[in-house]
Parts: sequence; C-alpha cells; structure tokens
Amino acid sequence: MAKVQMTVNGKSVSGEVEGRTLLVEFIRGKLELTGTHIGCDTSQCGACLVHVNGQAVKSCTMFAAEAEGAEVTTIEGITGKDGSLTAVQQAFQDYHGLQCGFCTPGMVMSATALLKDNPKPSEAEIREYLKGNICRCTGYHNIVKAIMAASGQDVGAIAAE
Amino acid sequence: MPKDHGIGASSKRREDVRFLTGTGNYTDDINARGQAYVHFLRSDVAHGRITNIDTAAASEMPGVVRIFTGADFEGIGSIPCGWQVTDRFGEVMHEPPHPVLAQGKVRHVGDPIAAIVADSLAEARDAAEAIELDIEELPAVVNMKDALKDGAPKVHDDLPGNLCYDWGFVEENREAVDKAIKEAAHVTTLELVNNRLVANPMEPRVALGEYNRANDESTLYTTSQNPHVIRLLMGAFVLGIPEHKLRVVAPDVGGGFGTKIFHYAEEAFCTFAARQLARPVKWTSTRSEAFMSDAHGRDHVTKIELALDKDNNFVALRTDTLANMGAYLSTFAPSVPTWLHGTLMAGNYKTPLIYVNVRAVFTNTVPVDAYRGAGRPEATYQLERVVDKAARELGVDPIALRRQNFITEFPYQTPVAVEYDTGDYPATMDKLEEIADIAGFAARRKESEAKGRLRGLGVNCYIEACGIAPSNLVGQLGARAGLYESATVRVNATGSISVMTGSHSHGQGHETAFPQVVAEMLGIPEDQIDIVHGDTARTPMGMGTYGSRSLAVGGSAMVRATEKVINKAKKIASHLMEASEADIELKDGQFTVAGTDKSVAWGDVTLAAYVPHNYPLEDIEPGLEETAFYDPSNFTYPSGAYACEVELDPETGRVTIERFSAADDFGNVINPMIVSGQVHGGIAQGVGQALMEGCVYDENGQLLSASYMDYAMPRADDVPFYSVDHSCVTPCTHNPLGVKGCGEAGAIGSPPAVINAVVDAMQSGGHDVTHIDMPASPSRVWAAMNG
Ligand code: FES
Ligand code: FES
Repeated sequence: MAKVQMTVNGKSVSGEVEGRTLLVEFIRGKLELTGTHIGCDTSQCGACLVHVNGQAVKSCTMFAAEAEGAEVTTIEGITGKDGSLTAVQQAFQDYHGLQCGFCTPGMVMSATALLKDNPKPSEAEIREYLKGNICRCTGYHNIVKAIMAASGQDVGAIAAE
Repeated sequence: MPKDHGIGASSKRREDVRFLTGTGNYTDDINARGQAYVHFLRSDVAHGRITNIDTAAASEMPGVVRIFTGADFEGIGSIPCGWQVTDRFGEVMHEPPHPVLAQGKVRHVGDPIAAIVADSLAEARDAAEAIELDIEELPAVVNMKDALKDGAPKVHDDLPGNLCYDWGFVEENREAVDKAIKEAAHVTTLELVNNRLVANPMEPRVALGEYNRANDESTLYTTSQNPHVIRLLMGAFVLGIPEHKLRVVAPDVGGGFGTKIFHYAEEAFCTFAARQLARPVKWTSTRSEAFMSDAHGRDHVTKIELALDKDNNFVALRTDTLANMGAYLSTFAPSVPTWLHGTLMAGNYKTPLIYVNVRAVFTNTVPVDAYRGAGRPEATYQLERVVDKAARELGVDPIALRRQNFITEFPYQTPVAVEYDTGDYPATMDKLEEIADIAGFAARRKESEAKGRLRGLGVNCYIEACGIAPSNLVGQLGARAGLYESATVRVNATGSISVMTGSHSHGQGHETAFPQVVAEMLGIPEDQIDIVHGDTARTPMGMGTYGSRSLAVGGSAMVRATEKVINKAKKIASHLMEASEADIELKDGQFTVAGTDKSVAWGDVTLAAYVPHNYPLEDIEPGLEETAFYDPSNFTYPSGAYACEVELDPETGRVTIERFSAADDFGNVINPMIVSGQVHGGIAQGVGQALMEGCVYDENGQLLSASYMDYAMPRADDVPFYSVDHSCVTPCTHNPLGVKGCGEAGAIGSPPAVINAVVDAMQSGGHDVTHIDMPASPSRVWAAMNG
C-alpha cells in the first residue's frame, strides 16, 4: 500500500492504494465517482476514458500510483456549476447520441478532447478519433452527428432523426 | 408539422441527463455495506472430469471468507430452462441438469467450478490461484456435425449422439413439400452458416446478493432485462425462496440485446452465498468472463431449398438446420431455432408449402440463446439469401422476383402457423427504392470501378414477429411462462402519475416514450408522469423486455390501465359537476360536460379521489390507481425492405459499407427519434455480423475470440450514416396503439443485405461466386475471388 494524491475535478484527493490498483478502480472504488465505467479488460472499449492533465486517457491503462500529482477530470467534473450541460453533452441529448448510456461518459470525454484539439472535425475525422470507444447501442450515427452539431456544423442534411 | 409532445413527437430523452453527467445507477455502481466479493474459478478446458479439488490451503489465504464448490450445491436446484420443445416424433427434448457450480464434470471453457468469496476482489483472485484442482481432460465436441456422429464424445453422459431434439414444422407438410420440390421447374439450393456471435452489451453482467436476517428477505441486484422472470426462475426452481421473500432489482442496465434475459448461475450464487454468509456478496464480470459465460447467439448451419414454377412463382421451401445449444440449455434456447425461427420462414412471400427441420445439438461450448432478433435473423438470412441466389440463377432482377411473390392480402395465414394481420410490402419496397436511390446505383458503380473498386448492391425484405403471445398458445408450444405484460397507473392526489411497468428499459427510452402515451390520453404534460420499472418490489408481475414487446405488449397494458383510470375519473368528475357520466369528456386535462361550459381540471378530480369530501362514496372507492394485465391475441408483424451498397477492394478483399438504407413499417410510432436510433443500432449489429464478428473455437473447444482484441466489434469508422425511414405505416390491428415493435428489425434485416451486396460486387468483377459465409472478412472475400 502506498499513498497517492491527485486533483480530481478540481478537488484534492488522496488514498491508500496497492501498486496494482488501476486509476479507474481508484476513481470508482475509492472516490465513488461511478460515472467512469469499465467495459473491458484489454483497454479496447473507452468506457473508462477520463482526462489526465488535459489529455484523453483510458483510466484502465494507468495505475492509480502513476497519477500522483496529476489533474484528473471525469464525466462528473465537466458540467457547469449550476448543473448546465456542456455543448457536447447537450448535443448528445438533442441528437439522441446515447441509448443505454454505458459508453456515454467515455464517449463524451473523448469527444470533448477531440473538439479541444480539432474544433471542426469532419465526419471522417470523428469516426477515426472514436475508434477507441465502442458503443453497442447507437450504431454511431447519432454520436457522430451530435459531435458535428456540438462543433457548430450544420447536420440538417444528415439523414432523418 | 411534426408534433412537439405526445404520441408521434420526438421528445428528448429525460433519462439522458443522468447518463450524460455520470449519475446513472448501474448495478456495479451499487455497493452494500460490508459486502464481500466473489471470483469464479472457471474451467480452462472444454470437457473434463474433476478428479480432485482441494480448497484447504486457499481457504487460509488472507481475506478469504469462504470457498464454495459443486458439493455445496448438492440438493440445490438446477438452472432451469424456460421452454420445452416437443420433437417431430412427439418426444420432449432432452434437458440435462445445469448445476450452479460444476459437479463432477466441466462442459465448456468458462464453466464455473469454484467460487471464492473474500473481503476484496484481489484477495479472492489471489486465493483462486491456491486452489488445487485436477481435471482429467476428455475429448470435446465443438462442431455440430461431429457431435451427431456415432461414437462422438458425449457432452452429457446419458445422452449418446448429443441431440437435444429433432423438430419438424409443419410435420404434416413434409411429404407435400418433398413432392413439390421434386416436381418444380427450378430449385435453388444454398448451404450457409449463421455465425456464432456474442451479444456484448457494453455493461458486463453484475450480481449483488443481500440477505436481511430480520425479515428473512433476499435481494438481488442484477443486470437483467426481466427482474420478475429472474425472481420466478431463481426463487422457485433453484433456491427455493418464496417470491414474497425475494426481491430482484435491475436498475440502469447498460444494454441487453437478449443476453440479459436469461437466468445465470452467478445470480443464483450471489443470492445463495449472501444467505449462507449473512453478508452481501458481489460479482462483477470482466469482459473476458463475459465472452465465456454470457449466452452466445445464432450458430446455425442450414441447407435451404427454394422451388419455383416456370413463371418464377415460389412453390415450396425446405430447410434443414443444425442449431447449436452449447453445453447446457440456457433459459429460452430451445425456442429460438424452433418457434422463433420456423414460424418466420414464409417471410414476405406467398410460398404455399414450407417444411422446416431443426436438430438442436449439444457441444462443449458456451450455451447459445436469444440474441437481438433471436431466430428471426436466422430465418430472414437464409430466405433472403436463397431468393437472391434464385434471382441470379434465373437471370431476373432480385427486386422484381421479390415483388412478384409478395403477400398482398391481409390477414394472411402462412403455411407455418402464424397469421399476419397487416402489412404493405410493395409500399416499403417503393420507399426503399426511393431513399436508397436504387436508380442511381449504376452510375455509382461506374465511379467505384473508375477507382479500381467493385461495387455491389444488396436488397432484401424481412418480416418479424414481435410481442410473442398469447399465453395460452405459447403454453401449448412449450413455454413455461405467460407472455402478458402489466402496468399500474398510480395517480397521486395532486395529479402527477407514476406508471409501474413490468417491461424494462436498458436503452430503449421507456422513461420518455411511455409518458408520451399517457400524456396524450389524459391531455396533461409529459413531465407529470414518471415510469417506474426494474424492481419486483415496486412493479406488478411482468415478463420484461425482449422480442420488441415493450410497447406492443407493455404499452398496451399501460393503455388499458390508463383507460380504467379515465373511466373512474369521469365518474368522479360527473359527481363534481352534477352531470351524467355519459356526457363527460376529457380533453387537454379538463373534464367537461358535453354541450355546457362546465368543467373541472384533472387536478381537481385527482384531489377529490384522495380527499373524498365531496365524493360518491356509496358508488366508488376513493383513490385513483389501476392495474391492467394485457395478453395480446397475436404477434405483431413489423416488416421492411433494406438496401446495402458496398465497395470491395479486389486487391485486399476488404469490403466497406458505402450506403445503407432501411424502409420499415413499424405500425404507429410513438417517438420517431427513438425508433430511428433503434434501427441504427440494429443495423450496426447486423453489419458487424455480416462483415466482422465471429465467435471462434478451435477443435479442442478453446475459445479463441475471448476479448476485444480477437472479437471484432463494429467501431465508428466501420459504418456510414444510415438512411432510415418509417413513414410506411400499416397499424397493427389487434393492439390499442396500433404499434408493432422496432427493437430488432435492424439486426434482422441487415445481414442479408450486406451479403447480397458482397456477392453482387464479386459477380460484377466476373467472379463466379454465388455465396460467401459471414463474417465476410477480407481474407474470406479474397480467397473466394482468388480460390
Ligand atoms: S475499460 Fe478501459 S478501455 Fe475498456
Ligand atoms: S449507448 Fe449503449 S453502449 Fe453506447
């Protein structure tokens, strides 16, 4: 066991962890921030995606101890203080970019990171970027559409609903 | 103008806010005070005899609470099967026991052998390593044809030949079908495989068992599509806990697709262990465990023959299918290749004579059960592939051949037992030709060819049967459950409403769509109505969500209960306004007396029901809460036409989906946005099946595709934007909403469209290929063209 300290969603947190404790386990178990999900054990699905020092990171690929001193943002940390949704979150609701919601936190964190680097991505760029996030429900149609809309692009021409 | 509320409006989903902000409540998000964790030691061989299991040393490991083995479950019930099929000789199927933990033998990779309960998951896993286990490996059967051979290894010792049942449908048609095929002008024959799939909802399964000694009550939190079914199966058949002492909760569930219908050993284990240890016990599946313990889907091998007369009319159809059951019978496994498959073989066509033979086979593989569509995708795939092949053999246009043979009069009694109430197949085909721009295909093909690519167009139709019912019929067919649905509409004193439904939402958006219906009926805002589901303690007995039944069956129950509420509310209103009950009208949340300007608001009536000072107490009871159970008189029959355009790179064999169009007739639609989303998701799963996904075992029964490294899930760059349409509407004639169901259509209709397109592309390049099995991976496609 070792002590680890980091800033999560703007708050300083610390806890005792084993060397083998993954960052996602620390976030879900110790911090009880259960919006970050675990969908696989081979770092393929992206359900666990968070931001570490501003970078998109699959939190199952990192030990908690490795995040010592880091700034971590999870899905719980992106909404406005008054609870208002970000443009990405709002677009996911407006364009029905989620169904069961399990992949959603990872998708939203991934899309948010994409738009920071590339404020007006093309459809192809979005699809390429989202390769690390699996969604079994939506067929991706409305996720891609939502991200385009969130970046201010006109999605009116994209097939119905 | 599209509506902005009520039936037909694309109301935004209210459940989204919690999912988008990380405040959903999935089963793994729930932790009980003092909970212990269980890790299952699973078989790593496909078939073997357990000769020694010694847990003594492991039990001494740090944090270990207790280790359970099969011996602890002697005298405890077997995991039950919910459907008994009778074979074509009148014998009931073979139904081997399915213990919670292996007893004596292991029968597939992943079969649970021991359960280690410890203070932490890490300690449980560590202790598993210290269990001394000896397994004498036995030869395994993996391939169904091998399993049926004389002298094949026996999955179950008392069942030589590994045959679960040999089902014929309709048996009386057998000879007439044989004769018609023999005498036909043309017969098209096709042998094909419907590849084994893993449903892979993104949320792995989880079970958390609790026991309250104070009142002897057990609670199971579980990732289920149907908590009441789990309560019934587990309580009555496995653990012997009466229903009033057992509560099953399925909170937010992260996708199901069929695989979360079934009752699993891990649920029974956690409930059992929590009672034994008087301590909550939690299991969270890893993805790798999910691959070897979630029921798989499909896995049929079929020979199909379509006979046509000299004018290209379909005259007879014969199929011979082997259906893999895996090592044990999962909850609804026997029904999938039989009643959910054979009954659909008429498709959209007036083929007068049909015979379906299905042999269900045990193998040393994970049990196979319903996966999105369940039997109907298998039926549609073979039928639409053989029709396409026939068109190519006869040199006629595949769309024209389909149109020529369409059923056009309704109701239509098929030769495979079911009666279609309504439909308009030419209309959906017309709509498809429009949205898919079939006329423009030739030009698009030229463009692809200019880039050195082959381009193919695949078209097909589908019919599905949703909302399987009525209960007395399905009982005759072998179902061990009823298939009604329930709803309680609880009106509160201030007029807000809670609707308790027996169906379950795990992505379908019931919390949004169901209130749209009730709001429309009462004329009050949707946000005054909440849906309660997923908890046996809070909802009436219901059968849950699968087979696109929630709206057609559950929604109908809700309508019936709401009608009862309206009837009673009108009685109260007539009293308040001193008018005759027959003259009371309800519109926009106001009760009025016809022909007068008298009115009372919805809220006045609901308040009177609970504060009955001025109230006809001698005629009616106080309160305003009604329950209805709805048992449909028939299935519903959504139908549609799908088109896929692919590009094929002849250098590599890689196929890409360029366009995908779907024209569906779902009957009336409550929320078009949600319906389109359901179709999108189904299409992606169908495209996945057709091009990418395949669950693979080696000849020893080792599962080779046990993670996302090896099992190819469709990703965002594997699919295009889809064009979907559901403006063709023939309302269902026998349920109050005229709805049919849309949950499975995409997964049913899309695989044949993709494969028809791949074959078309290969043929356009001059390759004499008439079929390719799914998944049409680059290596397979390349080999087909160059082999
Ligand atoms: S849980 Fe981290 S990528 Fe799947
Ligand atoms: S919304 Fe269910 S996995 Fe994406």
